[in-house]
Amino acid sequence: MSAVASVCPTANAIELTDVTFGYVRGQPVLRGINMTIPRGKVVAIMGGSGCGKTTILRLIGGQLRPQEGRVLVGGQSVPELQREQLFALRRKIGMLFQFGALFTDLSVFENVAFPMREHTTLSDELVRDLVLMKLNAVGLRGTAQLRTSELSGGMARRVALARAIALDPMLVLYDEPFAGLDPISLGVVGKLIRELNDALGITSVVVTHDVYESLKMVDYLYFVSEGRIIAQGTPLEVHASTDPFVRQFVDGASDGPVPFHYPAPPYAEEIAVHAG
Amino acid sequence: MPADMLANGLRRVGAGTINAVSRLGYAARFFVAVLIHSLSAFRRLNLTLREIYFAGVLSLVIIMVSGLFVGMVLGLQGYDTLNKYGAGESLGIFVGLSLVRELGPVVAGLLFASRAGSAITAEIGLMKTTEQLDAMEMMAVDPIARIVAPRFWGGVVSMPLLAALFSVMGVFGAYVVGVRLIGLDTGAFWGNMKAGIDFWPDVTNGIIKSFVFGIAVSLIAVFEGYDAKPTAEGVSSATTRTVVEASLAILALDFILTVFMFRGLGT
Repeated sequence: MSAVASVCPTANAIELTDVTFGYVRGQPVLRGINMTIPRGKVVAIMGGSGCGKTTILRLIGGQLRPQEGRVLVGGQSVPELQREQLFALRRKIGMLFQFGALFTDLSVFENVAFPMREHTTLSDELVRDLVLMKLNAVGLRGTAQLRTSELSGGMARRVALARAIALDPMLVLYDEPFAGLDPISLGVVGKLIRELNDALGITSVVVTHDVYESLKMVDYLYFVSEGRIIAQGTPLEVHASTDPFVRQFVDGASDGPVPFHYPAPPYAEEIAVHAG
Repeated sequence: MPADMLANGLRRVGAGTINAVSRLGYAARFFVAVLIHSLSAFRRLNLTLREIYFAGVLSLVIIMVSGLFVGMVLGLQGYDTLNKYGAGESLGIFVGLSLVRELGPVVAGLLFASRAGSAITAEIGLMKTTEQLDAMEMMAVDPIARIVAPRFWGGVVSMPLLAALFSVMGVFGAYVVGVRLIGLDTGAFWGNMKAGIDFWPDVTNGIIKSFVFGIAVSLIAVFEGYDAKPTAEGVSSATTRTVVEASLAILALDFILTVFMFRGLGT
């Protein structure tokens, strides 16, 4: 395979239809998820911690198989793919993990070169030029020879982004790309996601709980709570939404449809039992 | 209720047994997967050579120093006991046979499990914890081919070489003590050793043992790392399990191999 940009062959890069999934039988994490992500768009999947956002990404990437429903990526039914077919599809997908997941035994340069060395027969000179181009795109060409341990959290995330786009994928999946970043790094990563998406003509799916940053740069948002999509819309529609969950999420209110207290027996009853 | 307690106890034993058998089955499938992907580890020899360096070359100091001291202690203790029966001159053959047949493979194996096995488990476990293995999978690269197989073969190749070096250093240690310090005759020391130790079966059986220990330790180390829970506690437990399981496996395998190898030799 050569390093030629992958183009999504269908109008919708991703389609999830009635997807149900649970890690433990009888305890579904996702229930009847329907989601359509058009080619070339940046779409955010938002929701509180543990609501099933990352599970959706893993279903799209074929790391998990749904118990019910269909998962189509570029027109291919991911759960039905054999391992080799799945690997062929993954060569057209880039993924940015929550903390970068850079290979700690390789330098920055070798991390970005890794997919090229594994999947192409490009010469060392060409790999070098491509790696420097990718690193330049994320503003980190000067770090090529550093160890990954020498990078800050934000820089590691950007290097991982350069690695995710190394083979010019048709789709990039972002798992919590803003987690633990300072405001400057957060803005830089958000800007890069949008710019790379538009410049390379890819499709981006961003799993995040950062409302402020997402509303600035995405085309569409899905809100997930307790395994269901409970709201969706463009950033303007989300701003104008009166849905109690969306309002609580956007305003960052501590109580609302998502309660402040974890379910427990009545407080007075428990205190009384304790005192007695 | 005694009946309930009995039922709960039986349930726990049953669950534990099912869990143990299922884990053993998973380990067997994992071993087969490693063997299937071994070709790529040999095709990309630089990956395996790198692991031979980490598992083998970096273990040289502990193996050689330990071998030297074990040999010196054997020299002292062996001479003390042999001399009581007027057989002090047999120190060479005593030390040589002990090291080549047993102590070389076993002690080097135990040290290898502690030094390299634990490092391999911790490395793979941490790669899992930091999602590096997931990242590799998502880049359409099989971690068993890229990460596990080179480390497995790095360990398998290193182990017999380290055991041989351990034995050489042990013999040298015994020579220093027996000949240089105690004053045994050099010719008797080496001559008895040469006459009493055969390449087949003594040396070759020692090599076979160390090779089997290498497979056992390396497999346990890569499996425990790959199967570790992706948390700090999970990696710590996996590393401990590697050292414990590998040590027990070495001792148990040593007994089984010894039964078959030296049965009826009368030595």
